[in-house]
Amino acid sequence: MGEPQIWVFIEQRRNVVHDVGLELLGKARELANTGGARVAALLLGDGVLPLADTLISFGADIVLVADHPALEPYRLLPYTQVLAEACRTRQPDIMLFGATSLGVELAPRLAARLKTGLSAHCIDLQLDADGHLLQMVPGWGGGVVATIKTPEHRPQMATVMPGVMQKPQPAPRSGQVIPLTPSEDLDLSGPRVLEVHREEPQELPLETAEVVVAGGFGVGSPEGWKLLEELARLLGGAVGATRPPVDEGWASEEQMIGQSGKTVRPRLYIGVGISGMSHHVVGMDEAEFVVAINTDPKAAIFEVADLAIVGDQREIIPLLLDELRGRVKVS
Amino acid sequence: MERVIVCVKPVPDPKVWDRLRMDPVTKTLIREGIPSVINPLDRHALEAALAIKDVSGAEVVLLSMAPRDARPVLREALAMGADRAVLLSDKAFAGSDTLATALILTEAIRRIGPFDLICCGNYTLDGSTAQVPSQIAEFLGIPNIMHVAHMELEQDKRMVVTQKIEQGYVKLAAEPPLLLSFTKKANKPRFLSFLEILAAEKREISTWTNTDLNLDESRIGLGGSPTKMADMLLREKGRQGLRLEGSPEEIAHQLANKIRQLGFI
Ligand SMILES: Cc1cc2nc3c(=O)[nH]c(=O)nc-3n(C[C@H](O)[C@H](O)[C@H](O)COP(=O)(O)OP(=O)(O)OC[C@H]3O[C@@H](n4cnc5c(N)ncnc54)[C@H](O)[C@@H]3O)c2cc1C
Ligand SMILES: Nc1ncnc2c1ncn2[C@@H]1O[C@H](COP(=O)(O)O)[C@@H](O)[C@H]1O
Repeated sequence: MGEPQIWVFIEQRRNVVHDVGLELLGKARELANTGGARVAALLLGDGVLPLADTLISFGADIVLVADHPALEPYRLLPYTQVLAEACRTRQPDIMLFGATSLGVELAPRLAARLKTGLSAHCIDLQLDADGHLLQMVPGWGGGVVATIKTPEHRPQMATVMPGVMQKPQPAPRSGQVIPLTPSEDLDLSGPRVLEVHREEPQELPLETAEVVVAGGFGVGSPEGWKLLEELARLLGGAVGATRPPVDEGWASEEQMIGQSGKTVRPRLYIGVGISGMSHHVVGMDEAEFVVAINTDPKAAIFEVADLAIVGDQREIIPLLLDELRGRVKVS
Repeated sequence: MERVIVCVKPVPDPKVWDRLRMDPVTKTLIREGIPSVINPLDRHALEAALAIKDVSGAEVVLLSMAPRDARPVLREALAMGADRAVLLSDKAFAGSDTLATALILTEAIRRIGPFDLICCGNYTLDGSTAQVPSQIAEFLGIPNIMHVAHMELEQDKRMVVTQKIEQGYVKLAAEPPLLLSFTKKANKPRFLSFLEILAAEKREISTWTNTDLNLDESRIGLGGSPTKMADMLLREKGRQGLRLEGSPEEIAHQLANKIRQLGFI
């Protein structure tokens, strides 16, 4: 049978690999090194073969490639079929997906076809002493974390939030590329793609920013919001938000951090006028250094802060901008 | 269209989530005294079904797997305009993970009979797995589309469905039978009218147990679920928790120093 295999689904759209696939290769590599397994990357698309070397450099021992015109753009049914056939012949022990819009549609359909277990939106993965995959899943707005196991069914499947695993450094490595030939009767009966419309992201993507300045309802006005954008610009970072600023129209939906938004793990997070509800905290908890500014000394955000600043952001932010620009009045 | 089935799940009212506590011994959440509401996205799924009913006269059937005390929540969904409801309640269903839940819902859908469309919410607030709809579609052997932001009915039951993705959207041409999972962008759920509330009192809520579905108990409930919960922990937060107080000038100065010290300017 050989060594057990950990599979990572590599999401690509128009031959650009989504970062979460690389992050998962890093995690899979780490699990494989403790558990004595091999890491395989699953790459589906049309003309994607040249991406295989990159995947090897990010930690794959094997790249299984299905290169076929019917696999671009992504469609749910043919993707499910190719992956299910590969799983049935090669019997992976673990299979991981990014919890992207594509991953959360594809993974459950595949799990149902294989009649195995799948956990959703994991924030961490470990192996226990018996080699079972421990899948850490946030629940109830992130206030609790459940550990899920799939003791008997294989593969053990999980989707993982983008941005929570560290993307590894690519290194020269060697690996094996194995073609997967989709069967003749590829199921093309489902919905047909009429159009894929892309909106180019205007700003630095939140998920990869090293500094995130996040604003909450306590920012108070569109003018206040402008100052946060200026602060983020000065620090080379991105602006994130809680839900109320999105509802108010100060920020866009793409900027929301938390359970129903994005997960960020910047080196520095500055939370301004944010109360610290668990719905938001679950999306920023992994930041390296957390600064919080709030008028309420009992605000919950202070419980997850390295530096808790009790004060009015309307006074502090303009002064901070002056300080950082080196324009402080000498009194 | 002739029949649209809407999957709805009662969830603890998110407004009072801060009152949810975990029992430290049994590691289960104490739900006592927490009222239930319809999962918010399921209202959007229901609205989509009702819009189809408005133009085609289709029968709209609600389907829910929940404890028996979920009836008032279903009553409210009936008052939005659904024709009847099926409640799946049985001890044998308790503890089902998404695969087992999808299996149970699928069997009930087969029992309800032929349908054109199944409408779901994109995810629930409590489980929040977003897995059940794709799994129902797989078990039924029909296509499905998640993240639906818009749906347009064309001639002969054909549809154009807009799916939201990270950097834009995808337009898909689809036809029944089909399962769709709706986001809140898709529509605005209608308000309840007094007349509908009265009319809903007379609409039927059938309760089915596993005697009706006759599923093998080794495939459902806690025991039949491939995933098992091994542990549940409150999230702990190991942070420095340094406090900074004083005049705004002092605070701004010290914060700027900290930011420089961390190497960001
Ligand atoms: C199912 C569900 C999912 C959700 N998902 C998300 C999610 O993904 N992300 C998310 O963010 N929210 C989410 N929410 C909403 C979440 O519950 C909170 O309502 C939200 O995070 C609160 O945002 P806030 O802290 O900005 O606002 P508030 O809770 O109103 O807090 C504002 C804070 O600003 C402080 N303040 C006021 N004035 C000033 C001032 N001048 N200077 C400094 N501080 C000041 C106040 O003391 C207060 O603490 C979700 C809710 C539900 C029910
Ligand atoms: N117990 C249930 N009863 C009826 N529908 C459900 C149930 N669980 C999930 N669903 C449907 O599946 C959707 C997504 O749920 P989930 O996969 O739990 O996030 C919900 O919005 C419902 O439409």
